[in-house]
Amino acid sequence: MSETATPLWEVFIRARNGLSHKHAGSIHAADAEMALQAARDVYTRRGEGQSIWVARSSDIIASDPVDKDMLFEPTASKIYRHPTFYDIPDDVGNM
Amino acid sequence: MYSQGLIGADGKTHEDEAFLNAFQARIDAEQKIEPNDPMPQGYRKTLIRQISQHAHSEIIGMQPEGNWISRAPTLRRKAALLAKVQDEGGHGLYLYSAAETLGVSREEVTDQLLSGAAKYSSIFNYPALTWADIGAIGWLVDGAAIMNQIVLCRCSYGPYARAMIRICKEESFHQRQGYEIMIALCNGSDEQKELAQDALNRFWWPSLMMFGPPEGDSVHSSQSMIWKIKRFSNDDLRDKFINATVPQAEHLGLTIPDPDLKWNEQKQGYDHGDIDWNEFWRVVKGDGICNRDRLKKRRKVHRNGAWVREAALAFASKHAAQQTADAQIAAE
Repeated sequence: MSETATPLWEVFIRARNGLSHKHAGSIHAADAEMALQAARDVYTRRGEGQSIWVARSSDIIASDPVDKDMLFEPTASKIYRHPTFYDIPDDVGNM
Repeated sequence: MYSQGLIGADGKTHEDEAFLNAFQARIDAEQKIEPNDPMPQGYRKTLIRQISQHAHSEIIGMQPEGNWISRAPTLRRKAALLAKVQDEGGHGLYLYSAAETLGVSREEVTDQLLSGAAKYSSIFNYPALTWADIGAIGWLVDGAAIMNQIVLCRCSYGPYARAMIRICKEESFHQRQGYEIMIALCNGSDEQKELAQDALNRFWWPSLMMFGPPEGDSVHSSQSMIWKIKRFSNDDLRDKFINATVPQAEHLGLTIPDPDLKWNEQKQGYDHGDIDWNEFWRVVKGDGICNRDRLKKRRKVHRNGAWVREAALAFASKHAAQQTADAQIAAE
């Protein structure tokens, strides 16, 4: 390969005010400004967005799928964190 | 828009049985596989190859239609074609990103395309000779691609499936604008109708070839089915396409250029004549009408853009260095 690699950026788009930004895909760009422009061209051709975030892919710290059980399994047994765990008589009404 | 049955898949893999069984159990449970998940080497290789071929097809696919942007008959048609070609570029980029999640770099896959090592859909090695070809490409080529891509939305690899969902949403306008061009021509003068028929004559068989050759007992293809990378055989998808397209041609008053095309009451579908697979392989191996032109143009564009990429990177690194220096001064 003759050329320097152009950095990779992750693109997040807010579809409408009131919604959170959601991962849309990624893009290559030399700097943040060009990443924003490229994200706009590639991911919002049909009015998909009100706002765009870009972040360098190398700056994202991801959990390892190997740790999935350790991280997330313990919550499965903690059913008392859910409202349906608690008995409320019907005549009390909605709570 | 334009995917093809994978050319030259190699699903060979060398993991131990326990690993493969655990992976297969996830696939069978319809769990999506995500980038950092453990996966067999063969699964990774097959996907890199398939997704990058698909991306290359989108990028090369901009050429036959791009040639017609400046010659579109009306502003309405021109705006639509421009938007369509821009979509193809976007689709190529979504797909390259999906391929990159499997550990291959953009530069590597680009090099594979430019060096001629990578394949792309054979359909783009046919020229778009007349304005009617733009209609036929949208109607038939995008139509065939949509057939293929709808099922790829359920592919077991998450990033590929997500890219396909996005692409399919954007794609239906492509087929409709093509068919609309065909309707206008077929309602026009005799010469215009002739143009439409001529375009159908030239694009019919190459469109059927887009689904790839019948797999027979091909090991690689069935491996792709087992891993749920693909879900239907090439022949099944081709039949679906023919069944959907024949009534559309009848509506236009055009004749499908296949004397053996017949409705088969028993299978509730059409039987078709033999496809010239020698032609298909000739085109795939580089000897189609436009193979050399397409690559030549792609290389030229890439070469001509090199200074832009270099300048952007130089500016970015200079700017970053300046910011670091400013931050140091501020800290002192």
